[in-house]
Amino acid sequence: MILNQFLILAAALFAFGIYGLLVRRNIVLILLSVELMLTAVNINFIAFESVFRSSDAIGQVFTIFIITVAAAEVGIGLAIVLMIFRNRKSANVDDLRLMRY
Amino acid sequence: MQSGFLILAQEAHEIQAGDGGWWADTAGIMLVLPLGAFLLILAVGKRMKYDGGEIAIGALAINAVWASVLMVLNMTEGVLTQTTFVIGRIGSGLVFELGWIVDGLSILMYFLVSVVGLLVFIYAVGYMKGDRRVPWFFAAFSLFAGSMLVLVGAPNLVQMIIGWEGVGLASYLLIGFYWEDIANVKAGNKAFLVNKVADVGLVLGAIILALAVGSFDFFDINEAAISGNAELGAVAVVGALLLFFGAMGKSAVFPLHIWLPDAMAGPTPVSALMHAATMVTAGVYLMARMFPLYQNMAQEARTPMIVLGAITLFGVGLLALVAKDIKRLLAYSTVSQLGYMMTAIAAGGYTASMFHLFTHAFFKALLFLCAGSVIHAVHSNNMSDMGGLRKYMPRTYWTWIAGSLALAGVGLSGFWSKDEILSTVGNEGYQFVMWVAIAGAFVTAFYMARATALTFHGSYKGQREPHESPSVMTVPLILLAIPTVFAGLLNIPGFSWPAIGNFTEWLAVRIVPMGDHHAESIDWLIAGIGLLAAVAGIAVGWAIFSKDRDRQEDRDLFEIPVFYPLFRRGYYIDDVALGVVGATNGPIARFVDWTNTHILDAIVNGVGMAVKHLGGFVYGVIDQRGVDGVVHGVSAAADGAGSVLRKMQTGRVQQYAASFVAGALILVVVFVFVL
Amino acid sequence: MEWFESWGVSLIVFLPLAGVLLLGLIPKANENALKRTALLVSLAVFALSLVLIGQFDFGGGRYNTYQFEVNQTWIGSINANYHIGVDGISLPLLVLSTFVMLLAVIYSWNNWDEPKNPKAFLILMMILATGMNGTFVALDLVLFFVFFEIVLLPMYFMIGIWGDRTPRRIPGFSRDVETRLYASIKFFLFTLFGSAFMLLGFLALYFESASFGERTFDIVQLTELGALGSFTGSFAFWVFGAMFLGFAIKVPMWPFHTWLPDAHTAAPTVGSVLLAAILLKLGSYGFIRIALPILPDEARNWAPAIAILAVIGIIYGSLACLAQTDLKRLIAFSSVGHMGFVMLGIATLTDIGINAAIIGMVAHGLITGLLFFLAGSMHHRYHTRDMARLGGNLKLMPVLGGILAFTAMASLGLPGLAGFWGEFMSLVSAYNPLDGLSLGVFRTSMVLAAIGTVLTAGYMLWMLQKVNLGEPADEWQSHEFHDVDRFEIAAWVPLIILIVVIGFYPNVVFSATTDTVTSLVDMVFNGDATAALTSLKGG
Repeated sequence: MILNQFLILAAALFAFGIYGLLVRRNIVLILLSVELMLTAVNINFIAFESVFRSSDAIGQVFTIFIITVAAAEVGIGLAIVLMIFRNRKSANVDDLRLMRY
Repeated sequence: MQSGFLILAQEAHEIQAGDGGWWADTAGIMLVLPLGAFLLILAVGKRMKYDGGEIAIGALAINAVWASVLMVLNMTEGVLTQTTFVIGRIGSGLVFELGWIVDGLSILMYFLVSVVGLLVFIYAVGYMKGDRRVPWFFAAFSLFAGSMLVLVGAPNLVQMIIGWEGVGLASYLLIGFYWEDIANVKAGNKAFLVNKVADVGLVLGAIILALAVGSFDFFDINEAAISGNAELGAVAVVGALLLFFGAMGKSAVFPLHIWLPDAMAGPTPVSALMHAATMVTAGVYLMARMFPLYQNMAQEARTPMIVLGAITLFGVGLLALVAKDIKRLLAYSTVSQLGYMMTAIAAGGYTASMFHLFTHAFFKALLFLCAGSVIHAVHSNNMSDMGGLRKYMPRTYWTWIAGSLALAGVGLSGFWSKDEILSTVGNEGYQFVMWVAIAGAFVTAFYMARATALTFHGSYKGQREPHESPSVMTVPLILLAIPTVFAGLLNIPGFSWPAIGNFTEWLAVRIVPMGDHHAESIDWLIAGIGLLAAVAGIAVGWAIFSKDRDRQEDRDLFEIPVFYPLFRRGYYIDDVALGVVGATNGPIARFVDWTNTHILDAIVNGVGMAVKHLGGFVYGVIDQRGVDGVVHGVSAAADGAGSVLRKMQTGRVQQYAASFVAGALILVVVFVFVL
Repeated sequence: MEWFESWGVSLIVFLPLAGVLLLGLIPKANENALKRTALLVSLAVFALSLVLIGQFDFGGGRYNTYQFEVNQTWIGSINANYHIGVDGISLPLLVLSTFVMLLAVIYSWNNWDEPKNPKAFLILMMILATGMNGTFVALDLVLFFVFFEIVLLPMYFMIGIWGDRTPRRIPGFSRDVETRLYASIKFFLFTLFGSAFMLLGFLALYFESASFGERTFDIVQLTELGALGSFTGSFAFWVFGAMFLGFAIKVPMWPFHTWLPDAHTAAPTVGSVLLAAILLKLGSYGFIRIALPILPDEARNWAPAIAILAVIGIIYGSLACLAQTDLKRLIAFSSVGHMGFVMLGIATLTDIGINAAIIGMVAHGLITGLLFFLAGSMHHRYHTRDMARLGGNLKLMPVLGGILAFTAMASLGLPGLAGFWGEFMSLVSAYNPLDGLSLGVFRTSMVLAAIGTVLTAGYMLWMLQKVNLGEPADEWQSHEFHDVDRFEIAAWVPLIILIVVIGFYPNVVFSATTDTVTSLVDMVFNGDATAALTSLKGG
């Protein structure tokens, strides 16, 4: 069945994303990993939509919605990163440890 | 507003009297004028040429004219009216009124206060010249005149009390006029306090009588006394005695006379007008106002009154024998003469008493003013510093002689009034008291002879060259000497002057009948004995003191064995009074204050302390260890848990993300495999 | 003047509170604006109370009917209402309160006790004004209690902050205590102690009133019940006792007076004045307004005891005065004596006695208020109140000394001045108390009280001798003293004028009180009060 390949692809992308999220130290790369995970979710939506075909194409709608939000999110995220970098000359998450006990 | 009941009274008692017209209706202005002068002098006195004396004299001059007109009206047709207005009304009928009564008795007093007052005020302009705070002197003196008029014009007991204490206040202010010297202040305090003690009697007597009758009005009380009101009868004696006790203070009846000699600390015009002529007669005046009560209802009260009156007239008169201070001598003499008046009125001699009051006012004021003139000349009160002054001060001397003869009862006005007293007392059956009074006349003549000899005869003992006083002072002396000589002729028993009648008739114009006893004809025997006693007194006194001895001190001392210290100390009454005051002011007051801090306050503080200690226990043991222990346990547990758990907050974002993923995985496992 | 009918009295009570808000907005440094605002507010309040007099119907009517009455629900759940109103008994006291407050503001213009801070002081004064005015118009027990207690707070701070700092030995304390601290705490706790019992009494009435209808705190309704004899027996005895404690401490009656000398001595001048002139009256007013009408039967039982305590107070206070060395403490003790006359009048339960009490209260407010003003001004100049060190004041400051002499004379009850009527009528009433009361007790009281007037004269003259007369002591000879300033004159002259006016025309007070009081006595004591005097003649 064609659905399985899509799901495997999505799962792989998601796993890569998590991996990147947990092990990369650069904030930009962490953001990219998050994007990767979102892409995986989008692929799942399209795949399920193409198989089950809801009457009002809700899978596609959601995908487009997620892409839009993700774009905005990355925009804000990168802006924050830029500000952090300007202030601290670093984009390493290990340097950003103010929020602790 | 003429009160209706007065007209009724006139009809009921068939009194023939006019209403005095405009002069009587507006007589209240007389009461207000000096009080207005008081305020005016306070305001502008300093800026005036005679320091406000002209304002005071002006007010009294108007009053003198007014009172004279009333006097004449009363002589010719009789005046009887009363005007009142309400100043306070209490629901159940208690009414306070102010107003003025115009009848024979009050007109007499208006006349005395205004005329003698006017002369003394004029004299004072000369006497006080150059003294300190003269405006205040005239202000306070006007306050006195106003208060005295309020007193004698009073139609009811409440107004009388107001005037009574008003004159007391003026007396206090003027006795302590030279207040820089504490001794004068103390004399003022003494006068005020002795009078205040007596005032307790006056106030309580007024309350008791007024509540029995239902009115403070003299008319109502006297009317009730005449008609035999049973409620009044029940309290009449007590009330009458209380009123008399009040009168004892103002009129210096033994043993409350002790304030009067000390009151001489004031300027001499004050002594003349207040402490001789008018204020001290307020007590006698009160007795006269309330005469029907004593005459018709409270006869039992008369015995103690007569006894005290007789003791006063004789006993206190003796004290004048040893006085060194001329004013003190005259003060004792005043007390003695007031004793005569009290005795007379207690014996039923309303006319006799008031007639003596009338003549005494002139001659005693005259004597004081003469003494003032002498003091003004030699700058000393002490008769040891005087002597031979007749050469230097002829006008003072001759007026003094007139006054002395009148006081001694030889010929002049005093003879007639004293004779009236003697015969009234004798005829009323108080024979023994009459003999005491005759002995008193002897004593009176004796000490006046002594005073005259020491002051005006012999050789001058003082330092400064004496001089006759200015005419602003001597003219009042001469003017006072005229009634001193002639006033006695106004009331020759059994004789009535054409058109004006006599003193007895003038006085009889009252709203209620007097029940008075007065002589219808001259009792030649009593008159002769009285005159004899007086002449004997003068002769003895003259024999002892006219010799001009060398040593000053020997000359004026009259050291009767045994009695001398007793007299000098005034029978030790002062010492007893001082003891009582000292005990009250000292140990008793301190004890009370001690109880306040050490007992009442100690209880309060003790309770406070006990509660505080209880609080300490509650706090330290129960609260801190018990209740707070639980609270502390809870907070400690929370604190410990927190310090462990916060370790998880590392700040590493990726660690959080890892936990998040781990949590998600666990959920996945739970959802997939367990559920 | 429709609006005045419903809003006038509330304005008199709460305008000062609005003044507090205004004062709060003005910066501390701007003293002039602060003073002007306070003056304006107190002036407005006084003007309103004058309007109140103008609008007041002196015809009176039955007791327990009030004019300018407002009755609005306040705390519905316990049936406590915002019920205020004025009658002939409260009118003179209310006007006295607004009047003295105005003078106090004028006086304090240039006379601030350490540590100054006019803003705080004026705010406290305004709060005090609300409490005092409110107490005199409250017709609901809860409202009355609230106002009664409100006055404690500002007075506590006045004494505690602006008070006298000299350390004093106080028996029972191991160390010297600052006078103001001891005095303020004593004042607060002592009064609060009494009020607590008073509140218990109020609550007891509230619950008991349920047996005659709805539970109520309303004084008017309770008076109606009381006049019918609803509250009797041991219940009434204890309730009266509780109220007695509350009111007697405030008056203060012997032996509950010991807070008074300390509070007066320690308080700043204006504090002493307001304390003497108004605060003490809250207690005696409470007796007349609440205790007597609601519990008339019990009042009869307690009356002899009250009379005895009153007379003890007169004699005791006067004697204690003779032992004082501190001028303010002497005046404070004189209050004990004078309030004794007031309480003696109340204890007779007759219309004369209660009228005597009210005019006595007014006179005492004017006279003793003035005395405290004077004592404060003297302290301000000499920096001591020790009479042994003073003397010759009349020579150093003739005007101040003259006013002091005048006031002392007024205080000793000189006829023709305001103080006379209270004392005299109190004696009159004690001779014939309400039928059924012990004549022996009351007539003995009358005699003793009359003797008390002698003692009063004694200590006043003695005070004058020590302070005013004689030569000034050496330590003052070279001193420059400034006699009274215009603010002092402005504050004192109205008092002097009023003392004289009431002295010669007491109807100023009686015209307001007499009908109300007569009706009160007729109503609650069944009209038998006046048997002895019904025959007194009319003018």
